[in-house]
Amino acid sequence: MTDTSTPAIRLTGLRKSFGGVEAVAGIDLEIADGEFFSMLGPSGSGKTTVLRMIAGFELPTAGTVELGGRDVTRLAPFERDVNTVFQDYALFPHLTVMENVEYGLKVRRVPRRERRVRAEEALAKVRLAGFGDRKPAEMSGGQRQRVALARALVNQPKVLLLDEPLGALDRKLREQMQVELKAIQREAGITFVFVTHDQDEALTMSDRVAVFEHGRIAQVGKPEAVYEKPASSFVAGFVGTSNVFSGDTAKALFHREGAFSVRPEKILLTADGEAEAGTPGTVAEVIYAGPVTRYVVDLDAGGRVVVVAQNRHNGAPLAARAQRVRLSWLDDHVVEIPPNDKETANA
Amino acid sequence: MTALGSYLHRHPRLRLAGLLSAPLLWLVVAYLGALAVLLVSAFWTVNGFTGETVREFSLANFRTILTEEVYRAVTLRSIGVAAAVTAICVVVAVPMAFFMAKVASARSRHWLVIAILTPLWASYLVKAYAWRILFANGGPVDTLLGGPGRGPGYGLFATVVVLSYLWLPYMILPIYAGLERLPDSLLEASADLGARAGRTFRAIVLPILVPAVFAGSIFTFSLSLGDYITVQIVGGKTQLLGNVVYANIGAANNLPFAAAIATIPVLVMVIYLVAVRRSGALEQL
Repeated sequence: MTDTSTPAIRLTGLRKSFGGVEAVAGIDLEIADGEFFSMLGPSGSGKTTVLRMIAGFELPTAGTVELGGRDVTRLAPFERDVNTVFQDYALFPHLTVMENVEYGLKVRRVPRRERRVRAEEALAKVRLAGFGDRKPAEMSGGQRQRVALARALVNQPKVLLLDEPLGALDRKLREQMQVELKAIQREAGITFVFVTHDQDEALTMSDRVAVFEHGRIAQVGKPEAVYEKPASSFVAGFVGTSNVFSGDTAKALFHREGAFSVRPEKILLTADGEAEAGTPGTVAEVIYAGPVTRYVVDLDAGGRVVVVAQNRHNGAPLAARAQRVRLSWLDDHVVEIPPNDKETANA
Repeated sequence: MTALGSYLHRHPRLRLAGLLSAPLLWLVVAYLGALAVLLVSAFWTVNGFTGETVREFSLANFRTILTEEVYRAVTLRSIGVAAAVTAICVVVAVPMAFFMAKVASARSRHWLVIAILTPLWASYLVKAYAWRILFANGGPVDTLLGGPGRGPGYGLFATVVVLSYLWLPYMILPIYAGLERLPDSLLEASADLGARAGRTFRAIVLPILVPAVFAGSIFTFSLSLGDYITVQIVGGKTQLLGNVVYANIGAANNLPFAAAIATIPVLVMVIYLVAVRRSGALEQL
């Protein structure tokens, strides 16, 4: 990940319009070799379109795509050293699991014996050894997902593109696959580009995250950086829950103009009377969520704040609805959001 | 009314009988009944002097069909025509259906489906006669090929062309439906794994389309095998099973022999369907 090495992927001025609608509005990005890189954003933010342009399924309206220093902007998907794990897995229904995994090798004329050995290894890697003779229709969702992964990995691509691959799985399976994907990526040393709209997923697995907004990258950086120091109110709101103060509330609380963000778990809530200091407010809502309880507090200074507190005391709430409370936080945990990022971005 | 409703609710078999009695009656009496009469009368004969049907069991008709060269030739020719029509329809329908399902925009797809369906509303006879004009001596086909007598004229070739034209929609529609069910991501996945378009078509699209092609071929094959009008209009002197049956009903007034010949396409279709079933294509329909 040094500056001198060629990045696995370099996108320059990448744009894509669909019938006059700009889905991707100028992306400049470098993804290092061996990096686990996530593209996070709401649906329609352009992240999948960027992935599809890297794979070669869409031609950019403008800009270039480089893979390992080679310009592949105009090349067909079969001429690029990348493989994709599709959102719907896209397993070939008429072929067995083994034939699915072997497909890429067969197309590239790898001899039959080597093909079989490599496909079996790939299936073993995703813990599906012995499932080779099944048809995709006979597999569960999680198993199909892993077949899709094996089918892509067996080709040993430089870059693996994953388009919301865990979206169709239930929560438990998804969390398990997150850990497995990360392990597989570390072991194989392949660059992963992972598209997701799930912030937990992006934060847990990635070396770096790019947050997409309206076809642009709103912020790119390490998960901690994106979470702790959001560069815009959009990022603050999309990645995790955030309390953004602006206008009169900001002036009252921070004695300055501007917009400020404080994460809900960084706020300490105490019942009024127990503490003298802190910002006063009234509890509007108490939401019990197992390990934590969320408190929605209306500040006297105006604005609504969400506070998250761990349930260390048998789940007994720290405060009840309509109760007066005081909120406090450390100055370090206040993030000043740069003034209107949107206007400069749209210029 | 409520009493009847709740009575039926308690007696599901009666409900089923109410639902199915009419279609079953139709199937058994009109459809299977006609087939049974056909089969039975195939074993009767006609008195050569009086022209009256002799209702006694006899294998004479089948002996004639099996021993006389001409009937074997007609059977093979008919199967050949049906197979050629089916092959032509597949070759034309697959790219056309592919364009409709995967390339055309949503709006032009709509119009293309209408364009495929509208010829089915026009009378079969009108369409066959239109082709008769096209293939006529000195007609447009001749002109295109350089003058009167230069084209193929009426005959086997014209029959195959016209039948292919008539039954093409029955091949396009199931293949189109099959392609619509084929997710684009499968084509992308194949390209992603290194396959060029031709390879993707052979290794992914065609195998998935096999059931749809069989479904279409059941229409094109059986309709061609039984046709007797097209061959009369553009077939010239060509004899196919259909017009041999027709000639025996009309001019020759030998209904039992017509019935015996009519069992040939029935038998061929049964063999064809069993073969298709064996291939496993029907389960995927």
